[in-house]
Amino acid sequence: MTTSKQMDILRFATAGSVDDGKSTLIGRLLYDSKSIFEDQLEAVERTSVDRGEDYTNLALLTDGLRAEREQGITIDVAYRYFATPRRKFIIADTPGHIQYTRNMVTGASTADLAIILVDARKGILEQSRRHAFLTTLLKVPHLVVAVNKMDLVGYDQAVYERIIDEFTAFASKLAVTDLTFIPISALHGDNVVDRSPNMGWYEGSSLLHHLEHVHIASDRNLIDVRFPVQYVIRPHKSTDPELHDYRGYAGQVAGGVLKPGDEVVHLPSGLTTTITHIDGPGGPVAEAYAPMSVTLRLADDIDISRGDMIARPHNRPEVAQDLDAMVCWMTPDRALSPRMKLVIKHTTRTARALVKELHYRLDVNTLHRDETATALQLNEIGRVSLRVTQPLFVDDYSRNRLTGGFILIDEATHNTVAAGMITGAK
Amino acid sequence: MQRCDYLLSQLDVLEAESIQIIREVAAEFERPVLLFSGGKDSIVMLRLAEKAFWPAPIPFPVMHVDTGHNFPEVIEYRDRRVAELGVRLVVASVQDSIDQGRVVEETGRRASRNRLQTTTLLDAIEEHQFDAAFGGARRDEEKARAKERVVSFRDEFGQWDPKNQRPELWNLYNTKIRRGEHVRVFPLSNWTELDIWDYIRREGLELPPIYFAHTRMVFERDGMLLADISYANRGEDEPAFEATVRYRTVGDASCTGAVKSSAATLDEVIEEIAATRITERGQTRADDRTSEAAMEDRKKEGYF
Repeated sequence: MTTSKQMDILRFATAGSVDDGKSTLIGRLLYDSKSIFEDQLEAVERTSVDRGEDYTNLALLTDGLRAEREQGITIDVAYRYFATPRRKFIIADTPGHIQYTRNMVTGASTADLAIILVDARKGILEQSRRHAFLTTLLKVPHLVVAVNKMDLVGYDQAVYERIIDEFTAFASKLAVTDLTFIPISALHGDNVVDRSPNMGWYEGSSLLHHLEHVHIASDRNLIDVRFPVQYVIRPHKSTDPELHDYRGYAGQVAGGVLKPGDEVVHLPSGLTTTITHIDGPGGPVAEAYAPMSVTLRLADDIDISRGDMIARPHNRPEVAQDLDAMVCWMTPDRALSPRMKLVIKHTTRTARALVKELHYRLDVNTLHRDETATALQLNEIGRVSLRVTQPLFVDDYSRNRLTGGFILIDEATHNTVAAGMITGAK
Repeated sequence: MQRCDYLLSQLDVLEAESIQIIREVAAEFERPVLLFSGGKDSIVMLRLAEKAFWPAPIPFPVMHVDTGHNFPEVIEYRDRRVAELGVRLVVASVQDSIDQGRVVEETGRRASRNRLQTTTLLDAIEEHQFDAAFGGARRDEEKARAKERVVSFRDEFGQWDPKNQRPELWNLYNTKIRRGEHVRVFPLSNWTELDIWDYIRREGLELPPIYFAHTRMVFERDGMLLADISYANRGEDEPAFEATVRYRTVGDASCTGAVKSSAATLDEVIEEIAATRITERGQTRADDRTSEAAMEDRKKEGYF
């Protein structure tokens, strides 16, 4: 671990079950990057011995809850951190079995990259297809298929090639933007940090090298200016005349590049004005882009409040109360069905939403659309139409994850019950 | 700070994310409070809150849960920083909870007020009707904390239910609660110990002097160096000696260990931390050594 001014952050999600060697892989990445500390390793070793396991069970590092250790399962998304001199990494480690879809969708929502683990002996399984589909549904820009346990198939190139062919055929049905295959053995470290001498036929980079170098700067939307107003800053200091008139609109840039002097439009009013200043956390900035948190000052006195949107006059989001979206249902309490009313939270705006129609339920394993479905149960995904009580300023999720994503909240229990990805609006 | 390819450094990204969280909570809750101990994490959190609302003042008070077992340098720092920022300081005192019979002081040599803080904290949240409490906990600190949400729901008993947490997607946080319930908010969730130190260096933040090497009388207990102060209950078989130490974390002085160190400057401390092979909690917190699930159990009851 070292510090460096040039370091950026890569967020990635790992998908796969314990059997695929996911925990072993994460353990190895953490261990080889010196991010596992001695006292953590000792605690894991002690527990492994206590349980009569004849190896150091690195899964114990990520399974943080008592119930997880007792039952030997992972219940919830766990976040792990490691760094190399080039990058800081945030791993969203999503469990393989319980609540799979819900957790993977959660972990993938912020991920730049997803690693799907495939057991070289078993090839592409139903769950590999499910992982790949969820990765593309959440528009994770980069996908890595790590073909693991190559040591158990004699490092055979033919086995690896067969898996590539099979996966590629399936992936052609999905909107995969960047796909990389890497043959590895997490247990022995082949192609994890360094290129393996056991697979001379493999000409690509090691997994860590790929994670360190994959180009993510272009993944953000730097075209469509979107600035959801989060908070209005008015200091009201009568002692300081300069601050007395200060009125700033604070928020996190969701798209595009904003500069002082730019003409912008305020939604919902449709009034145009000009940015006079942009205040960043460290003082004035010349440009603001995602994911910066900044404060805009504008030339004209327009009535602007939280939940409003700043965009460009000739490039606006849809102003819509009718949305089409893919939703993932996340609660066991009750099912999603037509006529249901829920709270919707989209950017900084909260409203109420009515489920007008459930068009179909999608089988995440076969991609079959069941149009006879009348409800979505826990971990099911379907396409719905929603009617919202007030206009939202939206883009298609495929264009912008931040202005295209929303959550639904149960009005009675206050639980977050669904994640939604907008596919159309009017 | 900025580069021509629109890339941000890891500290800029973490800072932007934390500020977004702080603003969101200030906008959606009526009575937030920021938990401020005078430790490095809460110092960074307070700095982020200052930036989030600049040039306006921080729109919520800060609260110190005071065990009474303090390092005087930290209290002095706390009061000075609070005065600089012009924020209101609420002190919730564990001693008051003991005097009122709300909690019973532990006895014996290893008696600690650490666990008692939970009652004091929950009572203060109820008394002041706080509906959101910002805490400086990080996910890299401890394995139960790795499962924690950014905006984490607490029921009317202040309890955390780790198996039934609200999913968090994108930068959207569910802030719905009923009267009597509250949330804990962790803006530093994705920061590591090293990020905190890098940020302190970048921002030129002042820290209480105990974070840097100094000489003091200490004694050894359970492999940790504890300060020889009255409430540590040093036994006759635990000889005190002078050592050059610094603190890696700042907590209750009776159960927070010092580490032997000659790192007297920020650069030296960062160098030392980058090279260390032991976690900060494992090295310096007696309370987390009780059992493998010590933190999880305390968190379920409503601990920080």
